[in-house]
Amino acid sequence: MPGRQKHTFYFWLLGTALLIALFFNVSMGSVHIPFKEVIGAIFGGGANKETWNYIITEYRLPKAITAILTGSGLAVSGLLMQTLFRNPLAGPFVLGLSSGASLGVAVLILGAGAFGGLLGGILMSQWSLVVASAIGSFLVLLAVLAVTFRIKDTMAILIIGLMFGSVTAAVVAVLSYFTNAERLQQFIFWSFGSLGNQSWSGVLILTICCVTGLLLAFGSGKSLNALLLGENYAKSMGVHIKKTTVFIILATSILAGGITAFVGPIAFVGLAVPHITRQFFTSSNHFTLLPAVMLVGGILMLLCDTVAQLPYSEYTLPINAITSLLGAPVVIWLLVRKRKLLF
Amino acid sequence: MAAEKTHPILCATDVSVGYFSKKKSVIVAENITFNLKKGELIGVVGANGVGKSTLLRSLVGMQPILKGTIEINGKDLTKVSSLVLATQLSVVLTEPPASKNLTVRELVTLGRQPYTNWMGALSETDIEKITYALEVTDTQKLAHKKCFELSDGQLQRATIARALAQDTPFIVLDEPTTHLDLYHRAYVLKLLKRLTKDLNKTILFSTHEVDLAIQLSDQLIVMTPSEVYFDEPCKLIAAEKFDSLFPKDTIDFDKNTGRFSIKQ
Repeated sequence: MPGRQKHTFYFWLLGTALLIALFFNVSMGSVHIPFKEVIGAIFGGGANKETWNYIITEYRLPKAITAILTGSGLAVSGLLMQTLFRNPLAGPFVLGLSSGASLGVAVLILGAGAFGGLLGGILMSQWSLVVASAIGSFLVLLAVLAVTFRIKDTMAILIIGLMFGSVTAAVVAVLSYFTNAERLQQFIFWSFGSLGNQSWSGVLILTICCVTGLLLAFGSGKSLNALLLGENYAKSMGVHIKKTTVFIILATSILAGGITAFVGPIAFVGLAVPHITRQFFTSSNHFTLLPAVMLVGGILMLLCDTVAQLPYSEYTLPINAITSLLGAPVVIWLLVRKRKLLF
Repeated sequence: MAAEKTHPILCATDVSVGYFSKKKSVIVAENITFNLKKGELIGVVGANGVGKSTLLRSLVGMQPILKGTIEINGKDLTKVSSLVLATQLSVVLTEPPASKNLTVRELVTLGRQPYTNWMGALSETDIEKITYALEVTDTQKLAHKKCFELSDGQLQRATIARALAQDTPFIVLDEPTTHLDLYHRAYVLKLLKRLTKDLNKTILFSTHEVDLAIQLSDQLIVMTPSEVYFDEPCKLIAAEKFDSLFPKDTIDFDKNTGRFSIKQ
């Protein structure tokens, strides 16, 4: 089948692009390190200078892997949302999932001051950040879902998502009024989003979140395909709607919640990547689309991070700003060109 | 063999259909009793709002019935698991596929879901059934087109192909002829007739094309606000059951031609 050959070709192309983007990302940074030394540091030979070695293995490599995990995970959660809600505009950010995660983190960081001392210390561990953020996005997703059971209008769902965003902003504003400056600063920096400053143990936790979410997503692949026809058709083909919905929601909240906890709310990747991917892959089969959006998401995030890093300068831009600057025009361009977005 | 042939696919006994609203049950239609046999084409006709869709949704298990029993292949519909039911009964709904980005082949392939593994991998039999469904509905040339590129008639044929690929003895279609021109209406109904004869399937469809339904159906379910009749079309005409289908001051039924006309 020519379609399948084309897909195989695209997978090879994207795989290669991901590797190139990875090397490109690792070799760019505030300090100039020759490409040969970068290769040496990654493949164990070690770079000539100990500082270069340290920069690459302890800073740039964890950051690059975080970028890939973030891009892939958010793209998958976007794809899951679009199929679950059968709405091309759905995505973790648009539906308020990221806001929910922010709220969870805000309550944790800004509220931790109230507990103080030892308990505050325990609350600030990385796992608790992940759990708070995942619970936040999970609750928002449940609320959005509860609304969709009552209102079939897909536009309403998006409006509800926007409303949750406003509510979150308001609650954060109230919380920040009562908290001390240090905590507030911590939260503000978190909300800018940053892929850097991840320890290898942090990367490990993020990997566990992503793998769990992805396994759930792939496990629901067949039901996701059936959902493309609509709930009634899916039911008539033997799909257990409630079970499937729970699995998809779990996968999405673990992915979006976990990632947001580590790198902050990242806009547009979840929404834009599935649409960019559909420009190349004509298939709607989730067993093709899931790995495809993972690759595209990873590549996109690596490139965004390379730009955000402002190579050879001391400054780093907030990653959230870069993804928005890139993602928003892409979505507008797709809308204008195709007149409507399909999923 | 004779027993096999008369063995009904679907039995509805004294069924009331309707819905629950604020803890009260609202009956839309009641006293519905019929047996559908193998190889029969059954039309469901009635005015708007008389409960055709409600009846169909109840028959396929999407909506609970208020009274009576529905048996599919001798088993109570409510006790059949959804996966087993998916091999007994396929549907063509009025709503189009939610994703218009699917190709026709992908759409038809989805019909094989009850038979495939967790990844949806296709066996030789699956591919055979898909190819056959595409051929019978004359959609193999459209196989690589996406749903948003199709005309209403083509899309209807593709959704019927999906139901065929599901390979069930019983198929239910909710108004398969709406939005279609006269040629496609006749084409779709003739296709359904052919499927009942060639593949010995039982096909039930609701329609507003009473004239066409009278001509092609083996049995008709006529739904009027007061009663539901089930019989062969000619017997229903003889019993003057069509007269009460629509208000008499606007629509007239001609017994001899089996057609409706507007009262001048």
